[in-house]
Amino acid sequence: MIAWIRRLGRTGIDFFEKLGRGSLFLAATLVGLPEVLRRPRLLVAQMLSVGVLSLLLIAISGLFVGMVLGLQGYNTLVDFDAEESLGVVVALSIVRELGPVVTALLFAGRAGSALTAEIGLMKATEQLSGMEMMAVDPVHRVIAPRFLAGFLSMPLLAAVFGAVGIYGGYFVGVGLLGVDEGSYWAQMQAKVDLYEDVMNGVIKSLVFGFVVTWIAVFEGYDTVPTSEGVSRATTRTVVHSAFAVLALDFVLTALMFGKD
Amino acid sequence: MPQAPTDKQSDALVRIRGLYFTRGERVIFDGVDMDIPRGSVTAIMGPSGTGKTTLLQLIGGQLVPDRGSVQVDGQEVQDLSRSQLYELRKRMGMLFQSGALLTDLDVFDNVAFPLREHTDLPESMIRDLVLMKLQAVGLRGARDLQPSELSGGMARRVALARAIALDPMMIMYDEPFTGQDPISKGALLKLIRLLNDALGLTSIIVSHDVEETEEISDYIYVISGGRVVGHGTPETLANTDSEWVRQFMRGLPDGPVPFHYPAPDYRDDLLQA
Repeated sequence: MIAWIRRLGRTGIDFFEKLGRGSLFLAATLVGLPEVLRRPRLLVAQMLSVGVLSLLLIAISGLFVGMVLGLQGYNTLVDFDAEESLGVVVALSIVRELGPVVTALLFAGRAGSALTAEIGLMKATEQLSGMEMMAVDPVHRVIAPRFLAGFLSMPLLAAVFGAVGIYGGYFVGVGLLGVDEGSYWAQMQAKVDLYEDVMNGVIKSLVFGFVVTWIAVFEGYDTVPTSEGVSRATTRTVVHSAFAVLALDFVLTALMFGKD
Repeated sequence: MPQAPTDKQSDALVRIRGLYFTRGERVIFDGVDMDIPRGSVTAIMGPSGTGKTTLLQLIGGQLVPDRGSVQVDGQEVQDLSRSQLYELRKRMGMLFQSGALLTDLDVFDNVAFPLREHTDLPESMIRDLVLMKLQAVGLRGARDLQPSELSGGMARRVALARAIALDPMMIMYDEPFTGQDPISKGALLKLIRLLNDALGLTSIIVSHDVEETEEISDYIYVISGGRVVGHGTPETLANTDSEWVRQFMRGLPDGPVPFHYPAPDYRDDLLQA
């Protein structure tokens, strides 16, 4: 019993220790951001590997999610003779909810894990230490550009996901199931509000981008510099990101609906 | 840049006094005194796990001693602010065991890295400087290779070219000979001595390869159990009175460091079951 309590305490202390380390690390990263803006080439290189290379995955996933929504939505709506509202259902689900969340989960799996593994391996092969000895701060040179690239890429990817998803719903609903094309778009246009709905999704994707990238770069930087350590850190990035995204999604949704 | 102080000992580039350092419960250094004279090649030797690499990290300011002092060029490393420490590090080169080349850059860009980070030199001058450094280590022709395409010895030579890119006052070598074939070992030996003398550097080599290290060192410190157990020129160390140092320098399997890990009596152990 005592041992169990002790273990619980240990876990708690470890958690807060890590949270503290992560916060200090985040602060150091943010201090390094102006330097990144002065050297846009570093940022562009990372935008390519973090953002552009995730594009195909995000677009294809968006297409399928939209198509599934089209099918599911149609089958429910048609019972109420409301299939003209399919556009609204698809757009709202994607813009407010699925776009940011699914993109963030995929982003964590694709780009987040890659960031962690890359930074972790740089640490394991003494590259970060080597930079320090060359009087180059690895947090500014390596971490900050990656962090900014992840933070900026996530909303853009979510936007692509949303756009492709709405077309996915359109292909299935209008193309295959015969929903009226005019009402698909017109109802969407009438019911989806730029501030209430679209901004809602944008805020979510900004928050998710921030948190997922933070977790990814921190896990990489904080990794135990062995091959086992890097593999554990990579797993942790995906797991913690998924938890963080889903939990934050609930919190943000509650806050945003609460506003009305 | 701060002037060297008017210290009587200013011929020592690195001065370590009463160094005490622990990692967790383990005492790594328990009162180490050391002087690294300017312009010399000084070796720090000792068995694996005695904290030789830790010592380099303490000199480079990556770790902070629990007690005692580490001075480099008259500056107390642990008292320096971050920017002062970075200024000092620009004048120190360090060669990591793995080379620590940046894997996303090719050989040329790796050597150019410190120049691009710390100077505003035009690209044409950076090119000339990089080619000169690469020529010095014999790898001018390998400038377009990726780090993954280099052998271990070549990677260390590229790292060496990078370490001298900013014309430092000293270079620290972490186990430079480990895992090298005889040819690259020979090349490294030659380079370490040559660069030291030609560029007027001070070199610190951390190693447990006795033969190679003896060959190029002016002075050797042997550390074990957190203390300096012997020091002197290679010749004096070869004729040392200390049995421990003799065992280490000659690589004898048995001696003060016993061949057998402490165990109960052999005969009793076998008859027990």
